[in-house]
Amino acid sequence: MNIKKQFNEALTSNNPVLVQLLGMCSTLAITTTLFNGIGMGISVTIILICSNVVISLLRKVIPSKIRIAAYIVVIAGFVTIVDLLMQAFLPSLSESLGVFIPLIVVNCIILARAESFASKNSVAASAVDGLAQGVGYTIVLVVMCIIREFFGNGTFGGGILGFEGAGIRILPQEYTTLFIILPFGGFLVLGVLIAAMQHISNKSAEKRKEAGK
Amino acid sequence: MSFGQIVSLALGAILIENFIFSQFLGICPFMGVSKKVDTALGMGVAVIFVMTVASIFCYIVNEFLLVPLNLEFMQTVAYILVIASLVQFVEMFLQKMIPSLYQALGIYLPLITTNCAVLGVALLNTQNGYNFIGSVIYGFTGGVGFLLAIVLFASVRERMDFTGECPKAFEGFPIALIAAGLIALAFMGFSGLKI
Repeated sequence: MNIKKQFNEALTSNNPVLVQLLGMCSTLAITTTLFNGIGMGISVTIILICSNVVISLLRKVIPSKIRIAAYIVVIAGFVTIVDLLMQAFLPSLSESLGVFIPLIVVNCIILARAESFASKNSVAASAVDGLAQGVGYTIVLVVMCIIREFFGNGTFGGGILGFEGAGIRILPQEYTTLFIILPFGGFLVLGVLIAAMQHISNKSAEKRKEAGK
Repeated sequence: MSFGQIVSLALGAILIENFIFSQFLGICPFMGVSKKVDTALGMGVAVIFVMTVASIFCYIVNEFLLVPLNLEFMQTVAYILVIASLVQFVEMFLQKMIPSLYQALGIYLPLITTNCAVLGVALLNTQNGYNFIGSVIYGFTGGVGFLLAIVLFASVRERMDFTGECPKAFEGFPIALIAAGLIALAFMGFSGLKI
């Protein structure tokens, strides 16, 4: 087990959103304020760790023919727990994330990690993998939230900081671009982020080639 | 439901609140299966079918099983089970009865289970409190909206050949995302539509 390598991969070369291109729906839809991004990221991380652990524990019991259905039931159970807890303790967050909390069930990241990692590895390694991939996902969400909130609304930390969670104003209202908050901005910002990631990996591949010569 | 309500629900689901471009449901298959118009069309038709039938069954399960037993909190689990078994059933049915269509859809069929538009439509039906007819209409027209979006995007993508013209970092997925964003921008024009 190599914790450092797992984290390195999840954050850079094998990032769930920017490289594996999974979990696009929630990444585009809810990244409008910082609070949303952090809330969604933490919920997905918790569900990812729990489902990875349970699936890894059951990996020798579940028959391979019905494994996908079994994974989905395990994931749906944890999603329901998180959904109900959030409704009880963080009603405002639950309202602003709306239908995207129950939709974590069909977030491809969780099913992909169950299928490609948890079903083949030990419990501890799967838990670390869940944490690492969850953190990788959360970081992308938070970066997108900060960018979209800054350009679209001119604020930072909407939902938690500032007066009644309105966020701290950085850019005056007149200079904001509403488009970045709208669906178009989601596609644009994610596209640019993935392009930046590709640029970095292209650069490092070139460097390695030169070093190899 | 009156005719006017049905029309406004349908237009809303297809154009104004398109599942892809304004609600961000079903982005994974939308980006994954939109390289060719033919496959996009097949995927769209399969999604229409599954979304309509899923709306019907989820409504029945919710109304006659979960609500009488006070088990509404199990909605997510119950719906995903309904959808997964439905997709499995459709797969077996097509394999036996219409093998040509089964072959054309290929691996996309099982992927519909994890299409968030399908679970999304079932959950939204319940959240918005649509009755039986409303649920069926919303499911069907939501699927039509998905078909429209994926076919439009696939035909754009077929013509997109940026080799050498687009910056190297943007090649492949990023430029496709930005193209999808531009279509979303065009779809925003429908938001002014009042019925």
